[in-house]
Amino acid sequence: MLVPPVDETAGQDAPEPKPRHKASRAPRTPMPEREPMQRVRSFAEVNLGYSVEEAHAEAARCLQCANPTCIDGCPVNIDIKSFIGAIIEGDTKRGVEALKARNALPAVCGRVCPQEEQCEAVCVLARKGEPVAIGRLERYLGDSDLACDLESRCRPAVGAPTGKRVAVVGSGPAGLACAGELAMLGHEVVVYESLHEPGGVLVYGIPEFRLPKEIVSAEIEMLMELGVEIVTDVVIGATYTVDELLREEGFDCAFIGAGAGLPVFMGIPGENLNGVYSANEFLTRVNLMRAYEFPKSDTPVWRGRKVAVVGGGNVAMDAARTALRLGAEEVFLVYRRTAHEMPARREEVHHGEQEGVEFKMLCAPLEIRGRDGFVTSIVATRMELGEPDASGRRAPVCVLDSDFEIECDTVIMAVGTRANPLVAKAAKGLDLDRRGYIVADENGQTSKRRVFAGGDIVTGAATVILAMGAGKKTARAIDARLSGRG
Amino acid sequence: MFPILSNRQLSDAAFEMTVVAPAVARRAKAGQFFILRVDAVGERVPFTFSDWSAEEGWIRFIYMRVGATTHKLTHLQAGDVLADVVGPLGVPSRAGGLGRVAVVGGGVGAAVAYPVAREMCASGDEVTVILGARNADLLILEDEFRALPLKELVIMTDDGSAGEKGLVTHPLKAMCEASAVDHVMAIGPAIMMKFCAATTKEFGVPTVVSLNPIMVDGTGMCGACRVTVGGETKFGCVDGPDFDGHLVDFEELMSRQRVYVDDERAADAEVYRGCSCHL
Repeated sequence: MLVPPVDETAGQDAPEPKPRHKASRAPRTPMPEREPMQRVRSFAEVNLGYSVEEAHAEAARCLQCANPTCIDGCPVNIDIKSFIGAIIEGDTKRGVEALKARNALPAVCGRVCPQEEQCEAVCVLARKGEPVAIGRLERYLGDSDLACDLESRCRPAVGAPTGKRVAVVGSGPAGLACAGELAMLGHEVVVYESLHEPGGVLVYGIPEFRLPKEIVSAEIEMLMELGVEIVTDVVIGATYTVDELLREEGFDCAFIGAGAGLPVFMGIPGENLNGVYSANEFLTRVNLMRAYEFPKSDTPVWRGRKVAVVGGGNVAMDAARTALRLGAEEVFLVYRRTAHEMPARREEVHHGEQEGVEFKMLCAPLEIRGRDGFVTSIVATRMELGEPDASGRRAPVCVLDSDFEIECDTVIMAVGTRANPLVAKAAKGLDLDRRGYIVADENGQTSKRRVFAGGDIVTGAATVILAMGAGKKTARAIDARLSGRG
Repeated sequence: MFPILSNRQLSDAAFEMTVVAPAVARRAKAGQFFILRVDAVGERVPFTFSDWSAEEGWIRFIYMRVGATTHKLTHLQAGDVLADVVGPLGVPSRAGGLGRVAVVGGGVGAAVAYPVAREMCASGDEVTVILGARNADLLILEDEFRALPLKELVIMTDDGSAGEKGLVTHPLKAMCEASAVDHVMAIGPAIMMKFCAATTKEFGVPTVVSLNPIMVDGTGMCGACRVTVGGETKFGCVDGPDFDGHLVDFEELMSRQRVYVDDERAADAEVYRGCSCHL
């Protein structure tokens, strides 16, 4: 199949030594997935990942642009062109190396990054229709690597030991990315995790059917191979303070990547009835504590028959789809704007729709009603969209006298998080903003010279990859400080 | 892994466990709690410290056998391990500058009352302890309390088998009526704390209660432990466990404590199936 070159930037730089890759014009290769009716009662992963043939077919669509724009679209600047080029040439190993040079958790990011807003959004092919499925190819390589036994997996080069020690607070995406980068630069890293398992939101928040926990633990296993030490069951701000780590435990610097923390409730009547959960609690019970295996695991979860999920983000979608898998007959999402404004990834919304999640758009909860302490219904009002607000989205406004009541036995609040007050106790004199998040510059430097921070605890709730980007970038700033360059 | 130093039965209902956890013991303060997980499938359950030694690196707590976790705990012995111990969590109890204090400990609440009373004594408060139990066999830590420099130790049992017959609210009310108390700390079953708070309210005596809502992470992340205090939602784990007893919505607290009663029975039954005990 001969294809005319569509690479608009090709030829601007010195010619490549290799024969020019002829891009395939086939449509984007779909992700194989479990059938909706089969997967909705199971926690098994929905997306099955590309086969070798599918990965090759998709990689072949890449134009291998001379000036690839996709790389700038990635918060950690993965050399996307190279890893796709390696797949085209059938050299999986080199692809994995190119990928892991910039991203310590490719199998995780290939699953949960919003690529459609990042690398894929700026892919040249996006302008002409369908971008290359960069995320799916990333996952393909990440999974190929994890399929090998530990010894033969791609191992990024670790620099000579510097003799410097860094404490990392929190083992979520920010902390793991920071720890991995610092370890590769030759520093000794100890990660402190407050829960009993490392991984942060990757373990307690994102469900098994979207991100299998064995993927997370395999990626963490590799970080430990690089020399990162992980200590669970330690709450910084309670068990130790950051000041103690620096003063008494001999750390040269500390990175705080403690996450967004406290769940937000709406402050409406009935929110403390039994059967009302924060999404954090509901997901933690099911994911981290494996309540879906109850009573084989000891942690119970209230298994609702009719479940209302309040919110429109990825966490709301995760909660709704988890409720279905726990056996709910009916799950509906209550969102005060329209599908257009929903912050959830389109893929998640689409999967939710396929599985039977009902969407009640332009609805805002007013009250939760109950009997004998347990939820029986939710009262909501209709909304309409008015003028754009500070976020640029059209602000929802109440429609007068449009209240209605829907029967339900569970309500899950997925309306955001705020800063955890334990953070303020972590280090004396740490500047916080008025919402309680840590103030840090673009290199993660806080008001204390040896203390750095990144991820949701600086920005408020965001995405896995943004937190990883912040962790990585800050690791470089810490390295500069430790080697006397910053 | 956290090695168990000892696990002994104190009464028909109560057991006392001592666990090696130096990092937790190092910073523990009276009124704080920790979270444990017995094993790899265990639930995260909060317990308030009954004692600790920063020097020797151990913590101690008292529990009743009520569900899967505490059932498993009863079977562990010195040398066994707990999968996880994390803490110290929560805000320590106030001590010092309180004046004449009545510390009320009901049932296993006495275990939490002990270090709080000890800390208050050490901080210069004048402390009267009122211990309540259904009967003499359920009374715990009497000797430990007697060893403290208390103003008085009052023991109340429902059947009069130890101390006076009656409820803890009787001597508490008498103290209020005699204007002999400036501050009350009540620790025990929610219903007891509710009545203690109701007793002191009409006399305007400040009353702090130590709440024990259901928790998961214990660090403010999940909100399972929310309680209504003065019309506001608070998180037991990071804002508490101590709250103004006159402002706590006890009905809601008790309702929320019961949410998993059926599940707890099911989990315990599951533990029973693999267990030869006849507790």
